[in-house]
Amino acid sequence: MMRKTLIAAVAALALPAGAALAAGEAGHIEDVAFSFEGPFGSYDQMQLQRGLQVYTEVCSACHGLQYVPIRTLADPGGPALPEDQVRAYAALLNPITDPVTFEDRDRVPTDHFPRSGLETAPDLSLMAKARAGFHGPYGLGINQLFRGTGGPEYIYSLLTGYTGEEKEEAGTIFYGNSAFPGGWIAMAPPLDDGSIAEFADGHDTSLHHLSEDVAAFLMWTAEPKLAARKQAGFTAVIFLTVLSVLLYLTNKKLWAGVKGKKVTI
Amino acid sequence: MAGIPHDHYEPKSGPEKWLHRRLPIVGLLYDTLMIPTPKNLNWMWIWGIVLTFSLALQIITGIVLVMHYTPHVDMAFASVEHIMRNVNGGHMLRYIHQNGASLFFVAVYLHIFRGLYYGSYKAPREVTWIIGMLIYILMMATAFMGYVLPWGQMSFWGATVITGLFGAIPGIGEPIQTWLLGGPAVDNATLNRFFSLHYLLSFVIAGLVAGHIWAFHTTGNNNPTGVEVRRASKEEAAKDTVPFWPYFVIKDLFALAVILLVFFAIVGFMPNYLGHPDNYIEANPLATPAHIVPEWYFLPFYAILRAFDGDVWVVQLTQFVTFGIVDAKFFGVLAMFGAIAVMALAPWLDTSSVRSGRYRPMFKWWFALLCVDFMVLMWVGAMPAEGIYPYIALIASAYWFAYFLIVLPLLGVIEKPLAQPATIEQDFNDHYGKPGSHGGGTAAQPAE
Repeated sequence: MMRKTLIAAVAALALPAGAALAAGEAGHIEDVAFSFEGPFGSYDQMQLQRGLQVYTEVCSACHGLQYVPIRTLADPGGPALPEDQVRAYAALLNPITDPVTFEDRDRVPTDHFPRSGLETAPDLSLMAKARAGFHGPYGLGINQLFRGTGGPEYIYSLLTGYTGEEKEEAGTIFYGNSAFPGGWIAMAPPLDDGSIAEFADGHDTSLHHLSEDVAAFLMWTAEPKLAARKQAGFTAVIFLTVLSVLLYLTNKKLWAGVKGKKVTI
Repeated sequence: MAGIPHDHYEPKSGPEKWLHRRLPIVGLLYDTLMIPTPKNLNWMWIWGIVLTFSLALQIITGIVLVMHYTPHVDMAFASVEHIMRNVNGGHMLRYIHQNGASLFFVAVYLHIFRGLYYGSYKAPREVTWIIGMLIYILMMATAFMGYVLPWGQMSFWGATVITGLFGAIPGIGEPIQTWLLGGPAVDNATLNRFFSLHYLLSFVIAGLVAGHIWAFHTTGNNNPTGVEVRRASKEEAAKDTVPFWPYFVIKDLFALAVILLVFFAIVGFMPNYLGHPDNYIEANPLATPAHIVPEWYFLPFYAILRAFDGDVWVVQLTQFVTFGIVDAKFFGVLAMFGAIAVMALAPWLDTSSVRSGRYRPMFKWWFALLCVDFMVLMWVGAMPAEGIYPYIALIASAYWFAYFLIVLPLLGVIEKPLAQPATIEQDFNDHYGKPGSHGGGTAAQPAE
């Protein structure tokens, strides 16, 4: 009990990234080495396309991606689907009520993905940034500094964390899950080995791989500009490094006269 | 205390003279930029420039963000996602603005603690200090209202908790809270007025910054020795000082470049590290987050707010003496604002005649403890109010008040300060090992 409380207290309260988990029982989160981690990381285009397929065939039955414009599926650095495939994909989604004519019509790439079909299913657009997999220790935020906030890891761990237990409470069935805060989740296990019959690139369709792929895809829906952001970061860091060196030398030379012979900074 | 004597702008050409007679703006800029500045300023004197830059950065990125943002409860969250996905460079603008708030507060805390250590608040710089405290309070108000604008879960619930503080004021609290919110609860009216005020207050801060700079340009900068610049003559003053341009402009720009290097590494590679994941969930008045945690820069004062609960005897005594008017909740609010108020009163609470902590052997330790205390408060503010944490928070809060109300007044009486250098020039030359040209007789303390 003492240990449980301690773990919960440690895990549930992180100084900078805070806690998405309820005090009580924190879930167990696996660390996954995603391709987009670290300053040099980028999305794996094929993985995003596989993740899109998992989302489309499984998750989209209940969950929406209301903030994601369909056209961004063609964006370089993302799934980078060809334009005609994006158009075809948009037409396959649920029809939309046109905001101007108020008539139902097929979706086009400039529309967004549909909202969640099931009212209790949260929208997944930002899920990978709205959950923290890693915390602490002791609210110091050191874990997040090295491992990241752990949003996609949380999604992966949730999908692979079903214990096989079930319980019924007030007419709702809850499923045992080692990653979900509290340990019981209302969502039935959505994925299993071979949930997707086959990937076009022949990739493994075991639960482990499907979960990884869809977690990566949801990271992309949450942070589609990751590549541009890191590039801007590098540009700024390199530019400022050069500028710092030049200003350091300028400053040293400038003050040498004032400080006399011995120049130390 | 007149300004430090130095050369003033003399218009030479015809057009310059013409303009100078009508509007001496060039002279004003010249005098501001060429102000004699103590030449021994150390690296803790760079934060002013960092702060000025932060303010400009926030105003410029903010103005562009406003062009794409929609202050409406149904559209605010989606409009932020629109900025993140569709606006050219919008994700960088927003991440810079979001992390820019943290840069601003890192700089302001270091700036304030610099002032506390080197006695920059002491006469004749009280007005600079008070304006600075006003800026700090407005910064907190601006940051708080800005955090509400994305209309995430933490935005909404943070706004609910903080405006609830005003509801704790006896009698008039509830009408004030309703007036602040524009209704009985946080809603569209709240979002709209916070948006308006968030925009406005940044310019009020800019105005106060001008006053802050004006004030310390009148008294002259403090410096690590706390010894004043000699101002009997221009020649004497010139031995203690160098003009701000180019010496400190280049030095400060160098420091700024290094700090921005770190800043842009955070923006580029870990922009959400300092944020809260819950704020990527749209505000939902029906679902309270498990823990409502403010942004890191509010945590020390949030810890003080929570430290004084109904179990503390001081709170119980106050409640008894005031016939229940000051209850635990109101006491917490008073403590939080009081923690800033005692800091603002430092010029009158500190009785020591010596300005710089460098020559105050006992003060040094109490000040170091205050720095640790501040970090502990920041940490404990993020922890749950259960187990041992409330006790830590209470002890840390008590020390915060004790430092200003007991330690500062007492130390001035019982402490025996070390000898200060007679002049800034002497301190400077000792530090850089320049032979001869000692400006005064007293044995100098070697500077660090």
